[in-house]
Amino acid sequence: MNMLADLFLSFARIGLFTFGGGYAMIALIEHACVEEKQWITHDEMMNITVIAESTPGPIAINCATFVGYQQQGFAGAVAATAGMVLPSFCIIYAISMWLERFLEIRWIACAFKGIKIAVGILILDAALKMLKKMPAKKLPRTIMFCGFAAMLLIDVFSLRISSILLMLTAGAISLALFLAGKPGAGAGTISGAGKPGAAGPGCKAEAAAGPGNGPAANAEGGERA
Amino acid sequence: MILLELFIGFLKVGCFAFGGAYGAIPLIRDVVLSAGWLDDELLTYMIAVSESTPGPIMVNLATYVGSSQAGLAGSLIATLAVVLPSFIIILLVTAMLKTALKNPYVQAMLRGIKPCIIGIILATGLYMMLKNGIVMREGALQLRPLLLSLALGAVYFGSRRYKKGGISPIMLICLSALAGIAAYGV
Repeated sequence: MNMLADLFLSFARIGLFTFGGGYAMIALIEHACVEEKQWITHDEMMNITVIAESTPGPIAINCATFVGYQQQGFAGAVAATAGMVLPSFCIIYAISMWLERFLEIRWIACAFKGIKIAVGILILDAALKMLKKMPAKKLPRTIMFCGFAAMLLIDVFSLRISSILLMLTAGAISLALFLAGKPGAGAGTISGAGKPGAAGPGCKAEAAAGPGNGPAANAEGGERA
Repeated sequence: MILLELFIGFLKVGCFAFGGAYGAIPLIRDVVLSAGWLDDELLTYMIAVSESTPGPIMVNLATYVGSSQAGLAGSLIATLAVVLPSFIIILLVTAMLKTALKNPYVQAMLRGIKPCIIGIILATGLYMMLKNGIVMREGALQLRPLLLSLALGAVYFGSRRYKKGGISPIMLICLSALAGIAAYGV
């Protein structure tokens, strides 16, 4: 079979049968690409999982692009990614034409009143699972708490502050602490650096905790290097 | 122009959605609600539909929002926009042999961004649960949403004590649909 068609169809099959997204897909991709087709090795699969975790976007898309590129270059990447997306695109497009009319049916509307509670539980559960895997150190905990407090304030008071701003602020603070932790850099400048000041009152604690965390960040950076 | 707005909106989602599907939900809420494309209620329903249909959740949501705003063209544009950043990033990372991600400065930024995202997801989940569970009408606390929230939470988290991993998300959504019908429809 044509390799591009093979990539497209293999990923279309994965796209069609993975519910829930994310990590559920990794098992299927591993089965298809490592065991069945032997397109990539198990080690490569582990690598791509790590890369997928530290880059934005759906993990399944990251994997499809990577495997496609490894096999057939750019065309392969396009074929695999398109295959991954196509099944769910068709299904959701069909649903989108009917959903609002569907919701007018009384018992379906009742069902969705229950379902929206389930969605909150699932999101909370996903966050708790990530929290468990987070390094139990002072800096990540402080940043986590500030992000949590700021986001909660944004939600409760319907503030028009993008969560992207919160993430960039956290990234900038972490980078600033890392730089400040290096020899020769003053620790006193960090609390003012890289903070647009719009991230809400939650960040005041961060500023106060900043200098104290300098050595911790440094130690962490040292471990990695 | 709506197509351009959809493209830019979902490009933002694609660029900043670290941490998988649930990492993207606060962002999608952000973009979709501030643009007024869907109301909170319909978006929450759609998250459940995306969870119960195959495919990555954020791709499903992009397809749906695009279609609801601008038909087939809208859904194509929004889906393309949400996929494009990770597609390009993986090509770059593969080409640069992963050195970029090992760069200590990039690592330092990621160490800040990841916990912040966890906090954001936690806040979003908590806020949605409180908003759906504690409903006041004419000064009185509504019992049914509160009891439904407590019961579903107890079943979902409690099931882990008896079965490894507990019940699946899709199972929880099915149960919650039945519970909704039982509580409101009968």
